Amino acid sequence: MRRTFFGTKLSSGCVVVLLVVVGGALAGSWLAPWPADEIDWDAIDQAPNAVHWFGTDGIGRDLFARTLDGARTSLAIAALATLVSTLIGIPWGAAAGYLGGAADQAMMRVVDGMYALPFVLLVILLVVAFGRNILLLFVALGAVSWLDIARIVRGQTLAARHEAYVDAARALGAGRSRVILRHIIPNVIGPAVVYATLTIPGVIIAESFISFLGLGVQEPRTSWGMLIAEGARNMHSSPWQLLFPAALLALTLFALNILGDRLRDAWTGTEPQAPRRFYG
Amino acid sequence: MARFVLRRLLFALVTAWAVVSVTFFLLRLAPGGPFDGERPLPPAVEANLRAAYHLDESLPRQYLRYVTSVLRGDLGPSFRQRDFSVNELLGRGLPVSLAVGGVALAFALGVGIAAGAWAGWHRDRPSDRAVALLATAGLAFPPIIVAPVLVLVFAVTLRWLPAGGNDTAVHYLLPAVALGLPFAAAFARLTRGGVIEALARPHVRTARAKGLPGQRIFLRHVAPVAALPVLSFLGPAAAALLAGSMVVEEVFSLPGLGRYFVQGALNRDYTLVMGTVIVYAGLVLTFNFLVDVSYSRLDPRIRHA
Repeated sequence: MRRTFFGTKLSSGCVVVLLVVVGGALAGSWLAPWPADEIDWDAIDQAPNAVHWFGTDGIGRDLFARTLDGARTSLAIAALATLVSTLIGIPWGAAAGYLGGAADQAMMRVVDGMYALPFVLLVILLVVAFGRNILLLFVALGAVSWLDIARIVRGQTLAARHEAYVDAARALGAGRSRVILRHIIPNVIGPAVVYATLTIPGVIIAESFISFLGLGVQEPRTSWGMLIAEGARNMHSSPWQLLFPAALLALTLFALNILGDRLRDAWTGTEPQAPRRFYG
Repeated sequence: MARFVLRRLLFALVTAWAVVSVTFFLLRLAPGGPFDGERPLPPAVEANLRAAYHLDESLPRQYLRYVTSVLRGDLGPSFRQRDFSVNELLGRGLPVSLAVGGVALAFALGVGIAAGAWAGWHRDRPSDRAVALLATAGLAFPPIIVAPVLVLVFAVTLRWLPAGGNDTAVHYLLPAVALGLPFAAAFARLTRGGVIEALARPHVRTARAKGLPGQRIFLRHVAPVAALPVLSFLGPAAAALLAGSMVVEEVFSLPGLGRYFVQGALNRDYTLVMGTVIVYAGLVLTFNFLVDVSYSRLDPRIRHA
């Protein structure tokens, strides 16, 4: 009963929403009747109408095109940052779990210590320190969101290290790094990837937060965070500039969260835990 | 028990030291310095300024100097806001952040625990499903969405509440809701899960079989079990909320800590940034420590893990 009502329909609705958002982001420039950076001098600060579906911004750029453009940036950063986090988290967790002993202790203490940090401060410091480079933004975001993945992978590795295939590889003379890279990681990568998808909404929030403060993506590029910041400044006269990007971001996060829960339920069968995520 | 407390305390201190060191060196790696302006200063003036703030010394010496002064409780002078010490600046920002965070925490705990307990007790009824869906929605909406939309609805359109500032208690209402909403959702889910888990335990079945009234079963047998997951999230939640949120402070023009951090980072105001980071990290570590200790009192297994 619960599954049919909340499970199937809601989840498939979420998949549809995400497909539409991702598709819209990818097809952005082709879908929108206006280029994202073209100024329509006859339509400055216009409310949504037949020509500009989401209205226009303060200098006459089409908000529909800009929102899709922002979606592309935000989603691309989130995807790449998540990739970076798996590239750090999987080897870290696998090494800690396989090596055990003092090495494991030390490596997991680092993870615990980083959990204790207000990590968005770290991202801001990294971005400030190394210049406002979009490439750096997602590396920095990935570099602080690998903790969950490292934990999961360590747990999986602890379970896997006494399997027969690991003993077999060691009996054949494989060294530690070879066992970890060739035998442990391929076997623990499944759950790691599932958990990686769970970190995507957190990264999207962090990116919009940083761009909202004006520290992330720079003009003429845009992202959801920048659009919301701009909309928040102009909400008295042109509320649509806030509402459309905010609604799209909310919808995306909602869909990702529902799917993340379903995925976690299916994988671990446990009730969802409180997320260790940044809310800004 | 004493050993456990000591170990956690040591861990917190080492983490604090690591945070201070990483931030210190990261900031110095950043290009630019605190005395860059629109027009470059005459070299002699800049050299004097650098000497006055000990920036001409070697980095390890500066580090030692800074750490010893922090240990004495002095966060140093602000490099950009002349005539102000970092202690003074943070002394102004911290109370605002703590006030907003405190109200947000009260909101999150009150709403979250009440809704979660109700939902868990009435599992799979329509009210439970409504709470579950609302909690998922709340969890998905960070302040960056909620804060401006709340201002638009309640301040700009309805004109019920002020849009910004911190003159009266009413001014704290919208920021606290925007900040606390995801945490209320998280507490609701944790409470719901805890209540459901507790209801499945044999001792609750026994209490039912004895014919205890529902209220008593809930308070005496369900609540203590359900409190554990809530408590473990209380530390990170309290720290995150009390340290405030830069977005909420920005949207509601609140003069809290976050503003000093962003300003300081952009201006290369080294001591101001370090000071904010130390305050944030101190709050987080203190709350985590308190929660770890109280948790180990409630659940002895933790101590020996």
